[in-house]
Amino acid sequence: MEQLFLKNDFAHLSHVLLVNIHIKCDILRTNFQMLSRQNQGGYMEISKKKLTHLKRLEAESIHIMREVVAEFDNPAMLYSVGKDSSVMLHLAQKAFFPAPPPFPLVHVDTTWKFKEMIEFRNRRAKEVGMELLVHINQEGVAQNVSPFTHGSAMHTDIMKTQGLRQALNKYQYDAVFGGARRDEEKSRAKERIYSFRDKNHRWDPKNQRPELWDTYNGRHQKGESIRIFPLSNWTELDIWQYIYLENISIPDLYFAKERPVVEYGGTKIMVDDERMPEALRKTAKMEKVRFRTLGCYPLTGAVSSNAETLPEIIQEMLLTKVSERQGRLIDHDESGSMEKKKIEGYF
Amino acid sequence: MAVEQNTLIASDIEAYLKQHENKELLRFITCGSVDDGKSTLIGRLLHDSKMIFEDQLAAINKDSKKHGTTGETVDLALLVDGLQSEREQGITIDVAYRFFATDKRKFIIADTPGHEQYTRNMATGASTADLSIILIDARYGVQTQTKRHSYISNLLGINNIVIAVNKMDLVDFSEARFNEIKEEYTAFAKELGIENPVFMPVSALTGDNVVNPSENMSWFDGPSLMELLDTIPLTDMTDLEHFRLPVQYVNRPHLDFRGFCGSIAAGTIQKGDAITVLPSMKTSTVKQVIQPAATLEEMEVPEAFAPMAVTLTMEDEIDISRGDMIVKSCDIPEMADSLEVMLVWMDEKAMQPNTDYLIKRATNVITGRFTQINHKVDVNTLEKREADSLELNEIAQCQLDLNRMISFDPYTSIKGTGSFIVIDKYTNATLAAGMILRKLEGASKADNQRMYSDFEKELNALVRKQFPEWQCKSVDEL
Repeated sequence: MEQLFLKNDFAHLSHVLLVNIHIKCDILRTNFQMLSRQNQGGYMEISKKKLTHLKRLEAESIHIMREVVAEFDNPAMLYSVGKDSSVMLHLAQKAFFPAPPPFPLVHVDTTWKFKEMIEFRNRRAKEVGMELLVHINQEGVAQNVSPFTHGSAMHTDIMKTQGLRQALNKYQYDAVFGGARRDEEKSRAKERIYSFRDKNHRWDPKNQRPELWDTYNGRHQKGESIRIFPLSNWTELDIWQYIYLENISIPDLYFAKERPVVEYGGTKIMVDDERMPEALRKTAKMEKVRFRTLGCYPLTGAVSSNAETLPEIIQEMLLTKVSERQGRLIDHDESGSMEKKKIEGYF
Repeated sequence: MAVEQNTLIASDIEAYLKQHENKELLRFITCGSVDDGKSTLIGRLLHDSKMIFEDQLAAINKDSKKHGTTGETVDLALLVDGLQSEREQGITIDVAYRFFATDKRKFIIADTPGHEQYTRNMATGASTADLSIILIDARYGVQTQTKRHSYISNLLGINNIVIAVNKMDLVDFSEARFNEIKEEYTAFAKELGIENPVFMPVSALTGDNVVNPSENMSWFDGPSLMELLDTIPLTDMTDLEHFRLPVQYVNRPHLDFRGFCGSIAAGTIQKGDAITVLPSMKTSTVKQVIQPAATLEEMEVPEAFAPMAVTLTMEDEIDISRGDMIVKSCDIPEMADSLEVMLVWMDEKAMQPNTDYLIKRATNVITGRFTQINHKVDVNTLEKREADSLELNEIAQCQLDLNRMISFDPYTSIKGTGSFIVIDKYTNATLAAGMILRKLEGASKADNQRMYSDFEKELNALVRKQFPEWQCKSVDEL
């Protein structure tokens, strides 16, 4: 009898203690929350924690890259060797460090790129430890497609746009990173960060998903793919400043140097190999020039410049009055031309 | 004027670059109807801040002759109207993003249309904005669309509202007219709960008070629009108090490293902080805070804060995966599977109550359904109405029922953990944007609130009476 009483008493007592611990925990939690809310002095200090615009852009791009790798089965990065690609690659390294970026680099080689670009491409891929896949449109090679004989529009369509389609069909990527920026051109300003493409890689400007906050919708049917533009909100100046601050390596072609150039299609282009028609090659003169964008050498205009360092390039960019794309011969065809190319599947 | 004409560019570029490393980022939206001159205003901001290059201007001159609506003068609107089909219709029909910078700030403009059927585009643009510029035509004053723009800006949590009274040149730069509109809007703003809107008389067409102060409106002693954008204090939209890290990706390059990657939605985190993983409630301690870096030397930092993209490693080997939320153990958010939310419907196909949708909130994708529409909000009159379905561009307060519990914060406290998108299970289209208001009390099938038995209640009373030194709280208060 006495034993039972004791047992009951013990049970009762342990209940008392248990419930009390429960309740005390709740009080502690409430107090904690109150304390942290009351800690106004600390809050003021915390509020000084602010990211600079470049750090915010960096964080946004990394967020996008991680989201893609987490949600897609087969992502790849389209690497064009230019300064934007260099920044994109650097951000990818940061996003997944200490691991190398968990996707391959894809380069659609039109066979008319500057020789130096190809060397740079091969070296960087090795340094970063990423797989490099180079695709060349062999049909175009068989047809001997050349920007000199076939013109810029046809060359770009066959070697670049068709070449890209072939690569995407071959490797079946469901997400492809590209380095395009919204400030580059008017029709790009409305481009989404996740740009949806149908089975035929076509872009439909009227059928793009709304993008809210940093919550991206990566869902897609088999065969469909999404182009991802993590640099959407960077401007040309942001890119240059970031390259400068982060010491990112870029091809030498961006820096002014004595180079052999000829007048062609109203612009100066560099003699990079023997495929340039001889009559044209004969007119070559050595001039101190650099390139503001990199692409196929016969389609990339050189600008006269003395900018040999990054600060000098930025200085020149800020003082110049002609926008970046003017060096690209493909945009001049007609107004709205970039938009037309995009509908056809151009990146 | 503090635009990109800093003399340092020419004289000492390195000093200039140093100065520009620490710019702030301000994102804003511009709202106005087709004829309010919104595109002209943006064109003016870009033009007068020297962000337009000569070749672009030449292209506009060419296009002005073809599409222009301003007759002889250069139509600055053409600079910002991008897509061909839109240009031919003469209206902007999507969200376009523009960029410009001053010595102090980099700006991202979300250019959103004012046309009635495009509520969805405005909500999209507003979702990432810190500030909203609402255009009012000085001739017509506060219009229906003004109310709509103000309501949506407020709904999406924008605290800084600038009312640009445009076309002042058409009302003879009249101070009286400006004050009339100011009064009219102030009365309406109160209804919405918009605090301290800033009023600004401008003429985008003539450039008065856009970048340069206006000689025609010497009665106005405020700053020009550009000066305002450059100096307005960025009332900190980021909560730096309540740490929330939605886990985005688990980085496991080798057996010795397991990093949990994500963008900090709110708060700060330090090495050594005690953390809890939701919903599993497992606990650990932060071993390393890793910032974006490309070398081992640079990667570790003592502390990180929102909105940084970070990687955390833990002292213990606990199971954490994408979709989990890491929080500080002393500050655990609410959990629920039934929520009261605001919904902006963005698809042609109307929302049907009790239909399954995918809800993507931060890094969670969960099946859910809207069990009830509490009321629809007419964005033109702000009246609340009963409804059975929700059509494109309609806004409503709804009850959301999720298949799984999530930890959350109200949207007004933390955007990153209080916002979601609705995705069609079959077409994969983004159907709607949602903002969490609060947990739905009582209705939840697995309510998180602890229920106390009669025994516990009595015991609690007993303990409070017999052991006051324990300072035990009453269960009724918890």
